[in-house]
Amino acid sequence: MLKIENLHVRVAGKEILRGLSLEVNAGEVHAIMGPNGAGKSTLGNVLAGREGYEVTKGSVTYNGKNLLELEPEQRAAEGVFLAFQYPVEIPGVNNTYFLRAALNAQRKHRGESELDSMQFLKQVREKIKVMQISDELLHRAVNEGFSGGEKKRNEIFQMALLEPRLAILDETDSGLDIDALKQVAQGVNALRSPERAFIVVTHYQRLLDYIVPDFVHVLADGRIVESGDKTLALKLEEHGYAWVGERGAVAEARA
Amino acid sequence: MATERSDIEQQIRTAVPSGNASVDEALNRRYAAGFVTDIETESLPPGLSEDIVRALSALKHEPEWMTEWRLAAYRQWLTMTSPEWAKVKLGPIDFQAISYYAAPKKKPKSLDEVDPKLLETYEKLGVPLHERAKLAGVAVDVVFDSVSVATTAQQELAKAGVIFCSMSEAIRSHPELVRKYIGTVVPQGDNFFAALNSAVFSDGSFVFIPKGVRCPMELSTYFRINAGHTGQFERTLIIAEEGSHVSYLEGCTAPMRDENQLHAAVVELVALERAQIKYSTVQNWYPGDENGVGGIYNFVTKRGECRGDDSKICWTQVETGSAITWKYPSCVLRGDRSVGEFYSVALTHHYQQADTGTKMIHLGRNTKSKIVSKGISAGKSSNSYRGLVKVEKNAEGARNYTQCDSLLIGKQCGAHTFPYMEVKNPTAIVEHEATTSKISDDQMFYCRSRGIGEEDAVSMIVDGFCKQVFRELPMEFAVEAKKLLEVSLEGAVG
Repeated sequence: MLKIENLHVRVAGKEILRGLSLEVNAGEVHAIMGPNGAGKSTLGNVLAGREGYEVTKGSVTYNGKNLLELEPEQRAAEGVFLAFQYPVEIPGVNNTYFLRAALNAQRKHRGESELDSMQFLKQVREKIKVMQISDELLHRAVNEGFSGGEKKRNEIFQMALLEPRLAILDETDSGLDIDALKQVAQGVNALRSPERAFIVVTHYQRLLDYIVPDFVHVLADGRIVESGDKTLALKLEEHGYAWVGERGAVAEARA
Repeated sequence: MATERSDIEQQIRTAVPSGNASVDEALNRRYAAGFVTDIETESLPPGLSEDIVRALSALKHEPEWMTEWRLAAYRQWLTMTSPEWAKVKLGPIDFQAISYYAAPKKKPKSLDEVDPKLLETYEKLGVPLHERAKLAGVAVDVVFDSVSVATTAQQELAKAGVIFCSMSEAIRSHPELVRKYIGTVVPQGDNFFAALNSAVFSDGSFVFIPKGVRCPMELSTYFRINAGHTGQFERTLIIAEEGSHVSYLEGCTAPMRDENQLHAAVVELVALERAQIKYSTVQNWYPGDENGVGGIYNFVTKRGECRGDDSKICWTQVETGSAITWKYPSCVLRGDRSVGEFYSVALTHHYQQADTGTKMIHLGRNTKSKIVSKGISAGKSSNSYRGLVKVEKNAEGARNYTQCDSLLIGKQCGAHTFPYMEVKNPTAIVEHEATTSKISDDQMFYCRSRGIGEEDAVSMIVDGFCKQVFRELPMEFAVEAKKLLEVSLEGAVG
């Protein structure tokens, strides 16, 4: 589904990703872990198409297409979804209205018919149960005045409604208490399917107790220095990122 | 390898709709009201003199007092000079080059006799003149260049005792009412453009709501400038007697032309005891092209007086058109406990300039005013809020709340706020809040990452920004206003 090869990315003149390669197949959950400043958020932003991220080398192929040539809204319509680390407030724009506009824009792009408000509300009601999100959040402006936990749950709710094929969760666990974390994880797990892949970017192993990954990758200095199964996350928990740092240095020396 | 690459390119090409067609479409759609109706008009020769004023008055079969009133205004105008304090740039206006009267040659006696070309014009503009008007529960007065060409639903309104007709007709049929109220809110010599209007005003709407009557439908006037080299100088007078209610809407468009055309209107509202007047405007005069050529100069004096106790006047305006907009719909709060409100969205794009706001003059006790102004600037435009809150000595317990928000799109536009306050009573409470924001890259990326295209994202964010004001508009107008903002903002990003 997704193939990242030797990706180099500059942000504000500074090279953040330096030869990152990753392959993700449908149905898989990949966890990306790593210390602060390793380039975890950059990866999510580059995949979603944020401006200001300059790809200097490498390629990203998504379902046979060159992902990097698509506009952010085209990527979304092709099924790429980024759950933001810091969801953005849009004052005065009703949350439900926003979501319907997003869903219909995507459907239109794919040549599907747009949903009218009745059809849309039906879908909302189905998803709302899964996400345990309160009705009231839907009637408020997008993320405006939401608590940290509400914002993150709103992201997952959007994901449930937009039904992406590749979902990237950028530190969705940050700032959540354990109950909120469980709710978010439950939402994500409900969406796991053989057609859908996840890239879960996180700082802590904690989230992976609830969203069990198929693969764990350690990102350091802009590339993946270690890959393994879920036990790798436990090893990291035990030894800390310094351990990876050493291994990263070795990898760099070899390269 | 090479073939694989071109396959990918091919797929991308088919996935991305070709940019050009949609851009062309957007450009064509930008000012949909920009057509000219080919209709025979009669007009006065360009120029302004006492003879022209007399000729105009004679053309309209006006009584002598009206002619004299106009002449007095003209003489005052001659002694005045065009004000220069607004934050707008404009060259000198040649008042002798303007024709002060243009009207379709055929004068209809009823809607059935209206020239089909005119009906077609309004059909194109989405203003329903026939039965649809009644079905929609809106009575419409239509002003084409200098004259009113049709007023619908008059009979039904008459049953309720409501008078809704063109100003010209009111001068003929209800001279005592016109004479009693005209110029009592905006005197002839109030300002340069009001004086000019008083001398040469051609038509406009007249509304009279008798005591205790709640007007059974929305009243609306649709102003259209069609002829070239003319100005439109309409005058509207709304009188709401004790305990009455009325909601009035006006809409405006004009063809696309390279010349600047002048629109200098005067609107006077009078609210007697416990009366409520709600006046909404969607102004979409031709704004000029993207290089700032052409467009309407919209220099308007709008003022309402809450003459009776417990009366209320509410102005709501959505200003997207005109090359230059220069207007301050104001409220004189004379009656005790009277309320003035002003809700405004002013959008400027390309080289448009707007200097708009309101004046709230508190004279009575425990009077209240509220101002919510939303300015949106895009392109190379300049958008200023200018407002005065004045609390006179006797206005015990006066309250004002002002909120001014500016939204900038792009880096070449400007937003300015000029709030003036004069408070002469120590018990008054006057609050002012102002914010300036930009549509952030974060907001844009957030919308786009959910699948919403750039232009839709901008109009969605702008719509959210204006929500407080749109809420105040009558339903159909809110929808129209929203669409208008979308169209006006096309090409504002990217």
